[in-house]
This record gives sequence, structure tokens and C-alpha cells, in this order.
Amino acid sequence: MSETLARPGPDTRMLPGGPGEGMLVEVRGEGDLRTQDMNLNIGPQHPATHGVLRVVIDLDGEKIVRATPVIGYMHRGFEKLAEARDYRQIIALVNRHDWLSAFCNELGVAIAVEKMMKLEVPERAQWIRVLMAEWNRILNHLMFIGSFGLELGAITPVFFAFREREDIQNLLESATGGRLHFTYNRVGGLKEDLPRGFLKASQAMVANVRTRTREYRDLLEGNEIFMARTKGVGALPPDVALDYGVSGPTLHASGVPEDCRVSEPYCRYDQVDVHVPLGTRGDSFDRFACLLGRVVASLDIIEQVLDRIPPGPVNTKLPKTVKAPEGEVYVRTENPLGQGGYYLVSDGKKTPWRLKMRTPSFSNIQMIPYLLEGALVPDMIAILGSVFFVVGDVDR
Amino acid sequence: MESLFALDNLWLALLLKLALIVVFFLTAPLVVGYIEHKGLAHMQARLGPMEAAFHGIGQLPADGIKFIQKEDIIPENADKWVFSMAPGVALVPALVVLAVIPMGPGVFAEDLDVGIFFALAVSSVSVIGILMAAWSSANKYSLMGGIRAAAQLIAYELPLVLAAAAVVLQAGTLSLVGIVEAQNEFRLFGVIPAAYAIPQLVGLILFFVAALAELSRPPFDMPIADSEIIFGHMTEYTGLRYAFFMLAEYAGIVVLSALAAVLFLGGWYLWPGVPLPSFAVGPIPGDVVAALVGFGVMFAKIATLAFVMIWFRATFPRLREDQLQRISWLIFIPLAILNIVVTAIFKVVA
Amino acid sequence: MTVPQVGLFKGLALTLKTMLKPATTAQYPHVKPDLPPRTRGVIALMEENCTVCMLCSRECPDWCIYIDSHKEVVPPKDEGARARTRNVLDRFAIDFALCMYCGICIEVCPFDALFWSPEFEYATYNLLELTHEKERLRAWMETVPPPPPLESGAELPKEVSDGLAAARKAAEARAAAAAPAAKAAGAEPKAAAGAAAAKTGKKVEDDIHVEAQIDQEVFDQLIAEGKSERVARAKAKAAYVRKEKARIRAERETANT
Repeated sequence: MSETLARPGPDTRMLPGGPGEGMLVEVRGEGDLRTQDMNLNIGPQHPATHGVLRVVIDLDGEKIVRATPVIGYMHRGFEKLAEARDYRQIIALVNRHDWLSAFCNELGVAIAVEKMMKLEVPERAQWIRVLMAEWNRILNHLMFIGSFGLELGAITPVFFAFREREDIQNLLESATGGRLHFTYNRVGGLKEDLPRGFLKASQAMVANVRTRTREYRDLLEGNEIFMARTKGVGALPPDVALDYGVSGPTLHASGVPEDCRVSEPYCRYDQVDVHVPLGTRGDSFDRFACLLGRVVASLDIIEQVLDRIPPGPVNTKLPKTVKAPEGEVYVRTENPLGQGGYYLVSDGKKTPWRLKMRTPSFSNIQMIPYLLEGALVPDMIAILGSVFFVVGDVDR
Repeated sequence: MESLFALDNLWLALLLKLALIVVFFLTAPLVVGYIEHKGLAHMQARLGPMEAAFHGIGQLPADGIKFIQKEDIIPENADKWVFSMAPGVALVPALVVLAVIPMGPGVFAEDLDVGIFFALAVSSVSVIGILMAAWSSANKYSLMGGIRAAAQLIAYELPLVLAAAAVVLQAGTLSLVGIVEAQNEFRLFGVIPAAYAIPQLVGLILFFVAALAELSRPPFDMPIADSEIIFGHMTEYTGLRYAFFMLAEYAGIVVLSALAAVLFLGGWYLWPGVPLPSFAVGPIPGDVVAALVGFGVMFAKIATLAFVMIWFRATFPRLREDQLQRISWLIFIPLAILNIVVTAIFKVVA
Repeated sequence: MTVPQVGLFKGLALTLKTMLKPATTAQYPHVKPDLPPRTRGVIALMEENCTVCMLCSRECPDWCIYIDSHKEVVPPKDEGARARTRNVLDRFAIDFALCMYCGICIEVCPFDALFWSPEFEYATYNLLELTHEKERLRAWMETVPPPPPLESGAELPKEVSDGLAAARKAAEARAAAAAPAAKAAGAEPKAAAGAAAAKTGKKVEDDIHVEAQIDQEVFDQLIAEGKSERVARAKAKAAYVRKEKARIRAERETANT
């Protein structure tokens, strides 16, 4: 299989992807008991890595001795592209780096520009933004609920999750025109108002999704095999999580209640009851349970919002060219995957000088080497599935 | 019991039996495969194949034709001969076991005195095929799948064999036909006619779960685990060789379901004690009618057991390898031995 | 260790229950999907409305709209009037291989020449065929659905709200006119004028026509400030017209009262 070369020393590590990367293995034992680790590439094309993430692991039998994630396979230069686009075009672009939370990304950019221009966003727009952001959150979490089960071998919940996703996407399509990339936010509000019947359809959909979450509980959370695969697997202590900059459901599972919607409310989150489900052990099961809990919490928020949308306009009058005044701003939003940030530096022109995106997935996958050390290969799959990330978000 | 197909001419009889076994071997997995496509689909709130022929009946034959016309690829670093022979080694034992499984009164190729022993021994040869495929593929994922398969399949041979041994003890014969006849005469508490499923309920559960593990079906499909190690030992296979592996899996389902039906569910009898209709219908003689009805009953039982296997596949995630092993060695094997001991006691006392 | 408990059986029950219910699959292409009117399927061009302002091409984030035009001179309608120039659209093509379906072009078009259509079945085997020329884009107009009515509480579009306001004023004026005629004797012409104006939505001042001339004072002042002659002339003309209209208005007021 692979040749055995001597390692120059115990501390020098081979750069993954570099020359001879697959060749260096660690040799232990003498004579007949001689064993060597196997160096295996998980990805970039692999069913379990949620995209083109590559994890280079050193295996001792089925136990992972060391793991190194290699990212960058999906780098598209978003931040550079943003420097040549005006603010409405950027909103169309940022749909695409974390494609599962498209609306929340747009929201971050729109809020950043509005803060710099000191624009007053109408009430109706703020409330509808909360509504759509929560629907987007449910869409995102449903995707991960389905795919987590799929990676562990439960092939049915993914179809149920996608059935719900289809229904919700149809609902959002009637308002925004798109099923995945909404391009619904604008600087100063929303593109256009909701179509007639949207709120009633929303109400019906909330009841529908609520019954279905009970199905996911039966099929996954309450399943003993699932519990055996995920309980105690990939336990993340809260201090380590905070050190790595983890956010979102992965952080809540470790017991830390940091949520942007509660600590730094934007839009109308300060007038809505936001329930943040917490876990105790920080293992994969808690992460999954937090995800399910967040779906129910989002449904509750939607129900609160549905009656409170005031009549009025949904956007403000903008100047002919939207130019953010000189300055900089950092905006934090609670994206479904964690805390997303946009650092916008403007020099007064109609395109930004710099748009830096702080993406939650990038910070979340930093803890993968920590979690994978000492885990088995099947546990690695459970861990990768439970650290919710989208590779487009990691690489931008 | 004499086989229906025992003609006067030995060679003609051999040819006829061979032909019938091959036909059954090629068609029964297709039926089970179709049940899997449609059953799995409806459990997942979707429709399954609908385009090929009527409601997708032609899907599996179409897949077979597609596989036949595919390019034959052997990886460069692979061990050519071992790689090529592995699907055959995995497939042929299933074919051979079908020779002893009775599908009806007289509907079998040969009634061996050591029927169940032969069946279990031959079916464990297919494990070697899996290991050959894994090792010769020159692929780290295949190797991991093969190692998992080796551990798992050996671990679950024991509960399978021990559960069958308890039935053999109760029936008093190793011959499969003899076991069916013994169930026909069995009376629970001396009065109620029942198949061995009731006194041997533990054995049935053990046999069924061990069969799932032997076939690498979920929740025991760690060796295949298509979200972790792509497809385990079958990763590098394509075309007809891959079709043989798939055929081996479905044929294995048919074979082990048939064995479970014979050992525990009363074989071709609708219910023990209820004789099969053996009156002549038109030009067809009575024993042929009984054979046909018996075959139908057996096929229905096989289909039901296959459906339960598919039901399990749709519902459960897969168990981790070490959890698998722990269940087998620490729970199943002691239970199986306990089952044998209790059966023996009852056999001696009652 | 996993001991089979209730959870496993609940899962089995759920899959069995789902199996006995009808499937949710819609068998495309036998069944076409029912898409909402705002769906972003394909962009349609109403060629007659396009004035080749090129805003859509400029605003497109992907630069996938290709526009060619030329200027034509149109002879004047009346004798002695100036000849007009007109933009004629030669080529309007959208490259759907590049298009990211963001909708910015449709949003910025000031003349309502671009529309969304829910049609999505235009996949081709050849990448070049994905560039739709203006004939094809005009053909997509057949498939454009009317916009859906808006949710209750939404702000109405400006044309609709202006028309409603005008109608309300007209109704009030009619009601006021129907009140005792003696009371409204003096104000009748004004009310009538006001009602007429409300119906047409124009201001009363628009009835006054003033021939534009240069207000010399304003002109000199602007030249002294350093503005160019063209700018100064235009601003001086506007100042003159404003003054004249105000004068005529004041005369009419005094004439009325």
C-alpha cells in the first residue's frame, strides 16, 4: 500500500496536500508487532463532509490519532467580488456563500449599510424581516436534521425533512420569487410586500411543521440506536468552545447561552420572546437536540410575529445611487449556523472599500481536530454531521 | 421425502433441477428487489420507480441490462485474479444453498440428511468473497470495509448457528424437510398446533437479527456504510461484477428468509396441522397442486420476512462496529446458548 | 449497549404509517409544478417599452445583458419644430448561462420593459443557445402572469394610491357641490376648477401658459457667479417663467375674489 519513510522527528508534521503527503506514516513496535498508522483522506469528495471539505486523518486501526481539516476547495473570492459591486448587487451575492441561510446573510449586509447611512427602516419591514429570517432558520435546521440522520444510516428522515423544506420553500417563493437565493432584502427595507394569503399560509405551515417535529423526535431523537451513536460522542467543553470561537447550536449544546438575537437584538427581536435551548454535555446528541429545539423555538417566534406586523410601507426612499458615507461598521447577526458578522469599510463610493465576512462555519470547523482526536471513524461521521457547517460558508 | 423433480434419468433430473434453481435464483431476488424499491419509497413518502414498465416493475431487469453493458474496469494496483473472482465467491454459495431449501412438498433439489448444517456451512463461504474483494481492491476504504466485515460476519455466525441448533434439537433432525414435517406434527402443550416460532421465539429473534448482520443490512451495515466508507468492499466494483454483488445480497436475503421460514414459521404449511390441498384440479395431479400451493405459501413467507428486513432498513440508523460486536458477544451468544439449554431441558423433561 | 426499547418500535410504527399514506411525489414531467406568480423563471422583454437607457445592463452584477442601439433622426411633426432623435434598439440579449436570477435588472428598469416569468423549461444541449435574443425575450412576455395582490396592510403602489386619493377628493367635491348652492355661490367656480383639477390630477397652475424668456437680472447674476452660459440661460428662463406664473396667478386671485 504505502511505503514507510522515517519521520524527521516527532514534532515535524507534513503539510497536508504537500509532496509525499500520503506516504509518511508513523511506525510503532518491533519485529512481529510492527504496526503503522494509515493516512486516509476523507474528502474532498465524500458523502459525509457536507461539501468539499477535506479531512486528512491518521488512523490506528479505526481510531483517529490525528486529524487535519484542509479547506479552500470552494473559495470563490466573495470578499473581493464585493469590492466591485454596489450595495444592491452585494445583497444578491451574499445569498450564495451560505446558501442554506440566504436571507439571514442578506439581512446582515442590509443592516450594515443601513447603520452606516443612518437609515430608518419602516416598522413593517422590520417585522417581516424577523418572519422571513425565522423561516430561513427552520429551512436550514431541517436540512441538517435530515442529513445528520442520513450520515448515521437513517435514510428516511432526510426525505421527510426535504418534504417540509419543499413546502416552506414554496411559501417563500410566493413572496420572494426564489426558493434558495431570495434576494428579498434591500438597503432600507424589503424589495416588495408580501402577497395576499402569505400570513395565513404561514400559520398553516407552522402547525404542519410542528407535527412533523414530533416525527423527527420519534425517528431520530428517541431512537436508541441513534442515542448510542451520538451520546458521549464529540463532547465539547464550554471553555474550549469559546476559545475556538464556536457559535450557534454547537455552542448552545455545550451550555453557553450566547445568542445574538438576545444579547444584541436587531430588527424587532427585542420585542419577541426568543427561547434558546441549551444542552448539558456538548456531545453530538445535545447538538442535534438543540437543533430540533431551535426549530420549535423559531416556530414560536413566527407565531408571535404573525399578528404583530403593522401596516405601512416596506422600504424607504433611497437616493439614486446608494453610497455609504465614509467609515466602518461591524454588524453581528444570529445566522442559523452561528454568529455571522459583516465588517464593512466604506470610502464614500458606491462600492465598499472592504467587506469582510465573519462566517460561523469557519470558526465552527476549527474545533474538528480537537473533537476527532481519539475518536473512531464512525464517530468522526457523527461528529462531522453534528458540527453544522456549509463549506461555501467556510471558504466563501 | 422424494423430490418432485427426481426423474428416472439421473442426468436429466440433474439438468432439470439445475435449471429450476438458476431460474429461481435469478427471479426471486428481483421480486425482493422490487419490494425494496417500492416499500422503501412509500415509507419515505415517495413513489419509487414508476417509469420502467408498469409502476416500475421493469426497473430491476433494466438495471441488470445496464450493468451488463458497462465497461469492465479493474484498478491498476488491484490484484487482478482475486479481484475478478471475488464476486463469484460471494455469489455461488447462495446458489448452492438453494439446492437444499424446500419450497414446497417435494419442491426441492435434494433432501440432504444434514440439510441445515450444509446450508449454514456453505453460506459462510461468501464471507471469503467479501474479504477477497476488500483486500484486492487496493483502496483504503475497501480495506476498512473488509476488516469491519470480517469481524462482524464471524461474530454473527455464532448466534445464527446456535439459534438453528436449538431448532434442530427440538425437531430431532438436521434435514430441512424433516424440520418442516416435525413442525407439522408439533403440538404446544400437547394440544395447540404451532410452528416453532412460539416455543422458539427467542431463537427466531436471534436468527433474524443475526441474518440481518450476516447480510450487512441496516442496522448492521457498517461494512458497507455508504456515508462513511463509500461502499466498503464494493467500492471499486462496477458493471457486471457489481451486479453480482448486489445479486448476492438479495439472494442472501431470499436464502436466509427461506431458512427462517423453514426453521421457525412452519415451512410450506399454511399452519401446522392444516394439510395442503392435494386434490386434482383439472389435468393437474393432486401432488402438483399441493406443491404449487406450498410454493406460494413459502414465497409469501419469504416476501413477508424480506419486507420486515426492508422495514428495518428504512427506520434504523446503523450501529457502530464496537457496539455491534458487544451486542453479539455479550448478549446474543449467551442468549442463544441459554436457549439451547432450555430447549434441551424441555426436550428431556416433556 | 443498545437494548431495544420503545423508541425503536415508535420509529417502526412511523415508517409503517407513512407507507400507508399517499406519497407526496409530484411526477414531473407528467405533472407540471404549480408555481407562484413571482417565481423567477425567465426574464421577458417588452420591446415596445424599452428606451435603451441601459440601466439594466449597467446594474447587472454579472454583466450578462448585451444591448446594442443606434440613434435615428425623426422628422418633426409640425413645421419649424426641431427634429427629434430617437434611440432604436438593435440587440437586446440576456445570457442565461451567466444570469444569476437576482432580478436587479427588472427592478431598475424605469419603463417597465422587463418582467419575470415562471417559465423554467428552456434548458438546451448547446451553451450558446442559452443567450436569448430579443425576439425570444419578447415571446416570453406571453407567459408573464399578473402580479399577485398584496397582503392586507401593505402600502399600495403610487399609481393606485394617487388614483384613489383623486377619486376620494372628487367624491367630496361632489358632495360639497350638492350642499346648499347659495353657500357655495362664490366658491363655485373655484370648487369646480378644483374638482376638475382633482379629476385630472393636474395643478391649477398648469393651465397658465407662459412663453419662456430670459430674466436678465438672474442671468447676469449667474454669469458673475461663474456658471456657464448654457446653465445660466436655462436657470434664467426658469426664473422668468416662475415669476410670470406667480404674477398671473395673483391676477386671477384678485379677479376671482
